[in-house]
Amino acid sequence: MNGKGMDKKIEAASFTESKYYTNRELSWILFNKRVLSEARDKQIPLFERLKFLSITASNLDEFFMVRVASLKDMVNAGYTKKDIAGLRPEEQLKQVNEATHELVNLQYATYKRSLVPLLLQNGLRIIEQHEDMTAQETEYADRYFMENVYPVLTPMAVDSSRPFPLIRNKSLNIGALVRKKEGDEALEFATVQVPSVLPRIVPVPSEGEGIRAVILLEEIIERNIHKLFLNYNIECAYPFRIMRNADLTIEEDEAEDLLKEIEKQLKKRQWGQAIRLEVESGIDKRLLKIIRQELSIHDEDIYQIDGPLDLTFLMKMYGLEGFDHLKESAYAKPQPVPELPADCDIFGEIRKGDILLHHPYQTFAPVVDFIRRAAKDPDVLAIKQTLYRVSGNSPIIAALALAAENGKQVSVLVELKARFDEENNIVWAKMLEKAGCHVIYGLVGLKTHSKITLIVRREEDGIRRYVHLGTGNYNDATAKLYTDIGMLTCSETIGEDATAVFNMLSGYSEPRSWNKLSLAPLWLKDKFLYLIAREKRFAMAGRQARIIAKMNSLCDKDIIRALYEASAAGVRIELIIRGICCLRVGMPGAGSISVRSIVGNFLEHSRIFYFENDGAPEIYCGSADWMPRNLERRVEILFPVENPGLKAKLKHILDCELQDTVKAHILKPDGSYEKVNRRGRAAFNSQLEFTREARTEAKQKERTEQDRVFIPEIHHD
Amino acid sequence: MKTFAAIDVGSFELSMKIFELSSRKGMREIDHIRHHIDLGTDTYADGKIARKRVDELCHYLNEYTQIMKSYRVEDYKAYGTSAIRETENTVIILDQIRQRTGINVEVLSNSEQRFLDYKSIAFKGGAFNKFIERGTAIVDIGGGSIQLSLFDRDMLMATQNLRLGVLRLREILHHLNAGRAGYESLIEEMANSQLAVFKKLYLKDKQINNLIIVDDYISALFGKRLFAEHVGEQTDIKSFSECMGRICERTPQELTRFLDMTEDSIELLEISYFLLKKIIQIMDVELLWAPGVTLCDGIAYEYAQKNRIILPEHDFDQDIVACARNISRRYMGSRKRGETLEQIALTVFDSMRKVHGMGKRERLLLRMAAILHDCGKYVSMVNLGECSYSIIRATEIIGLSHVEREIVASVVKYNHLDFEYFDTAGRPSAIDRDSYLKVAKLTAILRIANGLDRSHKHKFRDVKAVLRDNELLITVATNEDITLEKGLFHGRAGFFEEVYSVRPVIKQKRTL
Repeated sequence: MNGKGMDKKIEAASFTESKYYTNRELSWILFNKRVLSEARDKQIPLFERLKFLSITASNLDEFFMVRVASLKDMVNAGYTKKDIAGLRPEEQLKQVNEATHELVNLQYATYKRSLVPLLLQNGLRIIEQHEDMTAQETEYADRYFMENVYPVLTPMAVDSSRPFPLIRNKSLNIGALVRKKEGDEALEFATVQVPSVLPRIVPVPSEGEGIRAVILLEEIIERNIHKLFLNYNIECAYPFRIMRNADLTIEEDEAEDLLKEIEKQLKKRQWGQAIRLEVESGIDKRLLKIIRQELSIHDEDIYQIDGPLDLTFLMKMYGLEGFDHLKESAYAKPQPVPELPADCDIFGEIRKGDILLHHPYQTFAPVVDFIRRAAKDPDVLAIKQTLYRVSGNSPIIAALALAAENGKQVSVLVELKARFDEENNIVWAKMLEKAGCHVIYGLVGLKTHSKITLIVRREEDGIRRYVHLGTGNYNDATAKLYTDIGMLTCSETIGEDATAVFNMLSGYSEPRSWNKLSLAPLWLKDKFLYLIAREKRFAMAGRQARIIAKMNSLCDKDIIRALYEASAAGVRIELIIRGICCLRVGMPGAGSISVRSIVGNFLEHSRIFYFENDGAPEIYCGSADWMPRNLERRVEILFPVENPGLKAKLKHILDCELQDTVKAHILKPDGSYEKVNRRGRAAFNSQLEFTREARTEAKQKERTEQDRVFIPEIHHD
Repeated sequence: MKTFAAIDVGSFELSMKIFELSSRKGMREIDHIRHHIDLGTDTYADGKIARKRVDELCHYLNEYTQIMKSYRVEDYKAYGTSAIRETENTVIILDQIRQRTGINVEVLSNSEQRFLDYKSIAFKGGAFNKFIERGTAIVDIGGGSIQLSLFDRDMLMATQNLRLGVLRLREILHHLNAGRAGYESLIEEMANSQLAVFKKLYLKDKQINNLIIVDDYISALFGKRLFAEHVGEQTDIKSFSECMGRICERTPQELTRFLDMTEDSIELLEISYFLLKKIIQIMDVELLWAPGVTLCDGIAYEYAQKNRIILPEHDFDQDIVACARNISRRYMGSRKRGETLEQIALTVFDSMRKVHGMGKRERLLLRMAAILHDCGKYVSMVNLGECSYSIIRATEIIGLSHVEREIVASVVKYNHLDFEYFDTAGRPSAIDRDSYLKVAKLTAILRIANGLDRSHKHKFRDVKAVLRDNELLITVATNEDITLEKGLFHGRAGFFEEVYSVRPVIKQKRTL
């Protein structure tokens, strides 16, 4: 081998080193920080900022229950395998801990220093402490307590005969130190759960002119806690909240070898172990000590919080009436799709050509309509669909049930493994079964994440298949908040593939070859690696080579390495990654990859992949991120968009997002994210642009339609 | 338009294709469902299919009926191939399947199966007809065996089954614990002896320019347009070999990515290729074509044809006849006499249509019997009947089912020997009542024809037959002396009269 070849080898090999990668948990925390930055952004209407803060809180909760819990499991099991960034679980946990503490501090600084004062300025007073109430307010609060709260409380005291009660995961509680009024002087621990059935935010009639006041439920309880322990004197009372290592399946990424490890370690995993304790700062030390000991929680897992625990109540705050002027109004509600006017023959429109849907700028209604029409259409033979996370009371479920009752063959793959949704999913899956649908409850060892619907219709000239492929779940609620791409088509080749997909999901053999679709876990990763390598080849040959990829998360090592290699070979690579990104920028020898994250009014959720292909660009959409779990343990579908018009639309979406100067954060070589430095450039908010475009398109259509109605005949022959 | 389901109960796979059949648009495949089920291993090892497998089979057949229902399938055909065929308790298994699933599975003999494959290729119409204008071979690679068929000037002339199926080869290779690198030479060794015989028998002075491949793996590559710009296009051998050479250089892992195939399939692809390479070598072909058809296509095509939904562009009966002629030639049968016999027999057959009530297919069988009437003399002039019977029974005649072949063999036999009646004890059970009657009727006709050409001098070229009341008036226009024929005719006519209650009478018409 000559020297040059050697060099290349070394170079290629070096991309495997851990320094080229970021730990995914730390990257995730950075993402949550970006969301938090929205809550801190003065340009954003005040109530939207509440919402963003609430989102960071619920995000963090989920992060703890799933990711931190998983890390804890590993540490408990003595598992020492390093992650792609070269960190052992212990080290990860340590760094995650530091970062989350910092994040939480920032959350509450935002809340207390910015939001609360601003709310007051805008006529909403949050009574932070019950002691701050006026006499009149106090009277109201106490009455409210006796009438509404007291009946549903279950106070519990601990003494030698009564063990420490079970504190429920994620519940908000008030812990108190109490002393018997008679008898010995010993301090006892008592606790009461803040009932989740009651609204957390209690409006209090206010005296001030034009000012509304609210107080949090726990403050009212705290104030009245003596009424719960009549035989005791209350020494002190403070809210606390714990997060447990819930009885969840271990995150798939680590599952395989982790489970083996745990088996070896004789089930060291501690189910239900408390992994985070939040207490109000300034809590009585004696009280904290009791809780800490009883829950056997480490000091670093205790969060002393200067403000109300569990900020998710802010989402409810957002819903308060009368503050619409403090909410976002620039974004229009989902617009009609010009190609699919209401009451159109949806199948007929699809026959005219593929239709692209861009949610939430465009309405999700056509997708629901697609299934609903099929359910009633006498010519439809079969409806097949994969369902992952569905909204409760989903119109899609209703339509599927109706279709089955109408004698259509309805096959539904229901993914029960969707995180936290299991119970919800089972209920309506049973309902579908009752209606006569053929329900497949997921695949062994795989999560079905693909989003595909197939409608088989018998038409005059034979069977025709209509397919909807998407990047988002069939959830009409989230379709108003998540940006997603959907495509409706009756292309014969895609129809054949879709049939094959459902055959496969039903347990039949995979087809010998696919026309258009690529599927994970079988082929998708290879397909991506192939496409990336192809760009690399073109770049090396001095031809046009470029990759634009938009997704939620990037943490697959093989893909990242391929990207480094392609970039090193000269491929221009621009990544739009909303969440976790384990790839680093500005790495020596790895070319110049740019990474930006758009965190805006809508949750960026679509996955769009653009490959220059030497001037014959190919664009794909799909359900998969570039994560090992997406590419290896889930059923995902990647579909090409080939219609030139639709390709242009998708390219336009990518271009706009690459131009975004308002909501885009750029990944820096030091691993931090910074907002785009506009340097005099005009502000450009891609989400706002899309909403404007959708509105214009819908209007134009409306206008031309009206025009069509009134075309007077001028000439008289 | 008709929605039709074709089910192939294969040795390693249960597959079903749903088609729309219409005279306007031909056949359109709508769905292809496959389930891997290993019926073959049981059958090949113990001669019986295990209960568990039958349960599995029935389970999936029931699912298939559901799918058929969902497409509102109007009719179906289900065929079992070698695993079912070679099972000792075929009849019982088939009955069980029928009871439990309502699906009536019929058994295909190898020659019928291959004929269906062949038909599905021919269905490709223009491309096929053009392709076979030059010397063409079809290699049909199955799991257990391969079938090699040769065409000469658009007529099928020979076909041979060789036990070189890919799954069989793989099992041997695994048994030998061979490494991937050794596959090619081992396959060469295994295939060489059989292919050499084939070459000697059929390829002596024939130029084979074109090769058609029917298989699962190489065809898949054609489907990916690896060798040609469009699916269904042919490719020249040179670029095919180059391309395959490049493919074989890669590791199986790379190939799974590159070709979107499982590792399992990659292995079988390699085996198929090495085998194909050998076949290409012995034939020296130039062009290659993989139409990408399966048995299900053939089943559907046959159905469409039988129901006159699709009219064939190719005359398949001619293929069968051509095959028979080639067999006759191999055993040094007299072509001229065969032709005379054929002509007379068919004349009689046609004139008797009202009486015997037999159709086109039986006419074809009669032709086959006429062509093959004397193949046994290759072995023994004395035991002509028995020997002919044995030869026909042991020869694969593409397009004929085993029962049909038995009929032909029997007709030839009883042309020479005394007829054995159905109720005579000890008869082989291969023939049922219906077939027995056909044997009797066809034998009666062939005997007459044979009687008319007793001297083998082809005096009776111009024969006319008219059915009048209870007499079949056979008018022969010849100026030669037919005393011998007339004299011997009586004996022959006895059986005819017995079968049809019609008395054949010869009338000579002298021409000037």
